[in-house]
Amino acid sequence: MNYLLLIYEDEKALHARDEKTRNQVFQEYGAFTASVRDGGQFVAGDALQPTSTATSVRVREGKTITTDGPFAETKEQLGGFYLVSAEDLDEAISLAARIPSARFGTIEVRPIWHYE
Amino acid sequence: MSTSAHELLHVVLKAERARILSSLIRTCGGDFDLAEEALHDAVVAAMMQWPRAGIPNTPGAWLLQTARHKAIDSMRRDQRARAKSSELGHTADLPGGKEEWTPIPYDMLRLIFTCCHPALNQEAQLALTLRTVAGLPTIEIARAFLVSEQTMAQRLVRAKRKIREAGIPYRVPARSEMPERLDAVLLVLYLLFNEGYSASSGEQVVRQELCAHAIHIARVLSELMPEEAEARGLLSLMLLQDSRRHARSDARGDLVLLRDQDRTLWNRAQIEEGLRLCNETGQLSPGGAYRIQAAIAAEHARAVEAKDTNWNQIARLYDELLQTRPTPVVALNHAVAVSMAYGAEEGLRLLGPLADDLDGYGPFHAARADFFRTLGRGPEAEDAYQRAIELATNDPERRFLEGRLREVRGTAIPRAR
Repeated sequence: MNYLLLIYEDEKALHARDEKTRNQVFQEYGAFTASVRDGGQFVAGDALQPTSTATSVRVREGKTITTDGPFAETKEQLGGFYLVSAEDLDEAISLAARIPSARFGTIEVRPIWHYE
Repeated sequence: MSTSAHELLHVVLKAERARILSSLIRTCGGDFDLAEEALHDAVVAAMMQWPRAGIPNTPGAWLLQTARHKAIDSMRRDQRARAKSSELGHTADLPGGKEEWTPIPYDMLRLIFTCCHPALNQEAQLALTLRTVAGLPTIEIARAFLVSEQTMAQRLVRAKRKIREAGIPYRVPARSEMPERLDAVLLVLYLLFNEGYSASSGEQVVRQELCAHAIHIARVLSELMPEEAEARGLLSLMLLQDSRRHARSDARGDLVLLRDQDRTLWNRAQIEEGLRLCNETGQLSPGGAYRIQAAIAAEHARAVEAKDTNWNQIARLYDELLQTRPTPVVALNHAVAVSMAYGAEEGLRLLGPLADDLDGYGPFHAARADFFRTLGRGPEAEDAYQRAIELATNDPERRFLEGRLREVRGTAIPRAR
């Protein structure tokens, strides 16, 4: 099964992080990505620009409404994702737990819709 | 269908439903609904065939075998099982006559751990465990949790859908996951037990059954995982608490405190089993929270009369529990035990720091009131009893506290207010 691992973290805390920690987390991400690639679980994954760059788009009655900012104001913001292939939810959970941001924020694990 | 065949079917299902189902779910690649349907079909087949062809030698094995074939047939027909059919190689060519009917402990463990998977919310875990492991009908589960049958049915449907669609695996957790996963299972069992044990609401019969089911599943778990001392600790704790069931309330349904209970009403068989388990697991250290609580319950069980209770030992055990579970409620129980062992003055001293956390908690004020009463500090006791009465959650408890308040005042107050 494929699972999307959505990485949520408090952006403010992220920016406030010191140089040393930031480098360390960056390296941990590198190591994690390499290990899921080697394990054959990696399908896709990337980091996102902060929510200050986000734009929300809605179409209502044929009109496109474009607004600045993310869909919802929350304490933690979507900051990146991995799309992984896992045997089951337990494997997906164990991958999610290894994402460095799991220690600071929250990883949401969502199974990908399976069309038959 | 003849009465005897019908009765036998009923008995077999009651005794072996969970075992059959746990194995079937594996055959069905983790699909709970499909397994339940297949079992239902097998039961219908039994009703048709047993009276005509005779009752099979091993009725449980017959039901499992028949249900397996039904499940496999339906999976072959069913589109949604196409992906899973590759896993069917080993079950598709089942031996025709003699199905192996040895205990299948691993399937029972799979079932228990899957029902209590932390990716399911707690309500769902409780409902699913009662439905599939305990085999309780949906309507009875609904009654136990004071919701409509429809609400409970939806809860079960949602839980099973999540298992299927999120890919919750049908397996026993790996060693590394075991501590967290076992904690979740034990918590579900203890919540079920407490739901049945708390006298606050609901139908008495259903509630007693909840306790019995929680104890039964804990026993299965302890037998299948003898290396997990906390599982046996929980079983011991539940047995020792349940042993006091008949002494806990009087004819009017009012709560009877431990020290006032008629100890001849305690269930000796449960006490003996509970004490034996407690002694076995007591050797293993360090003690987990359930084992420590079992040891506390065991101290009460050992006391022939309330005055024989070894409060020094109980105070020591609560101190130990406080290290593992540093919650205000445990600290309150510790204070009460200390007051029994070393006097109300000591107890009162320990309550001081808990005032902020427990100001809205009735038992805290009841304990304070009791300490003041023992120390002869009437007015303070009166205030504390009044606060406890305001916070009481059920009538028997309120009546008890009002009785105490009257005692302290030394005058009768009108019952109705």
